Amino acid sequence: MTDYLILIVSCIFVNNILLMQYLGNCPFLGVSKKMETATGMAMAVIFVLVMAGSITWVVDNFLLKPFGLEYLRTLTFILVIACLVQFVEMFLRKSIPTLYAGLGIFLPLITTNCAVMGVCLINIMEEYSFMQALVSSFAYAIGFGLALVLFAGLRERIVLARVPKPLQDTSIGLVTAGMLSLAFFAFKGMV
Amino acid sequence: MAKTVVQEFTKGLWAEIPPFRLVLGLCPTLAVTKGVENGIGMGVATTFVLICSNVLISLLRNVIPKKVRIACFIAVIATFVTVVELLMQAFAYPLFLSLGIFIPLIVVNCIVLGRAEAFAAKNKVIPSLADGLGIGLGFTLSLGALGAIREILGSGTFYGMPVFGESFQPFGFMVQAPGAFVCLGLMLCIMNILGKK
Repeated sequence: MTDYLILIVSCIFVNNILLMQYLGNCPFLGVSKKMETATGMAMAVIFVLVMAGSITWVVDNFLLKPFGLEYLRTLTFILVIACLVQFVEMFLRKSIPTLYAGLGIFLPLITTNCAVMGVCLINIMEEYSFMQALVSSFAYAIGFGLALVLFAGLRERIVLARVPKPLQDTSIGLVTAGMLSLAFFAFKGMV
Repeated sequence: MAKTVVQEFTKGLWAEIPPFRLVLGLCPTLAVTKGVENGIGMGVATTFVLICSNVLISLLRNVIPKKVRIACFIAVIATFVTVVELLMQAFAYPLFLSLGIFIPLIVVNCIVLGRAEAFAAKNKVIPSLADGLGIGLGFTLSLGALGAIREILGSGTFYGMPVFGESFQPFGFMVQAPGAFVCLGLMLCIMNILGKK
């Protein structure tokens, strides 16, 4: 049990996917201008990442490894993720329209979100068991959501501040992200 | 014709240089630029994928159905990424180890898919080739520059060779995650100032 707790803390804070592992930075800067889009994206990522993490683990361990096809991992994983995203989108549109309305536009973007692909690959490289892979996918996704929502909050405030012209928009966004990353840096050495 | 090809090539070097003008592909930019060598290695790998995928997608642009084009593009890109991965494993093993997870992640680099969708799917082979080469070269230059700044300030070396004297205290902040964000942000600011004139 404690193993899982340590894994969760390490995935959310110590190895935060956005601020420490530099994965998923395009949506991080792209959708963080408003709080609503940030929470929408965070929810969509949590939803897809847990599914993608477990499915790619199963594919890798029961399909690629027994047949010695590890070199096809990149191709297989990205196709699995792309199909999964498409499938989730269709399923939500038919059966849970309210959730679809909330997540809708963010779902297609997730295919090219390197956080999803990255976590799937990390799970395989760390040789996690199925439960560990599931837990770590979930925890990484929570970490992503946490950082994204915190950052969106900061960015909404920056709009009100007087920023020098050349620094505006993405530039000040990156510097702010650096400061946030510095805050998360304090968690290093905790686990 | 010749002029447009040159234009397609040079726009990647200044007017649309990634990741500064096109804010795409930030993840590898931030992650691998701890040093010049890694930055350039990553840039070259991305350039290779970009050129090959641009050419192939441009050749197939009339065959691929509109509705499933993204899936087709991703399959093409993933194939070339696998090629690069295996090539690097064979011929540049130390670089392969230090870039690690970021080589398979070229697949989800928005620059590659972005160029396929925005350019190669609509243009002939030669301009697509020039576009891929230009953007790829621009990306390599940016990564090299960012890598150089971070390596010189952060560990006091350039390409592994010491630059300053014995008494130099490395500014460790620069090679860590927060330094990457701040450094890229400030470089973007400098690019904005230069671009104005």
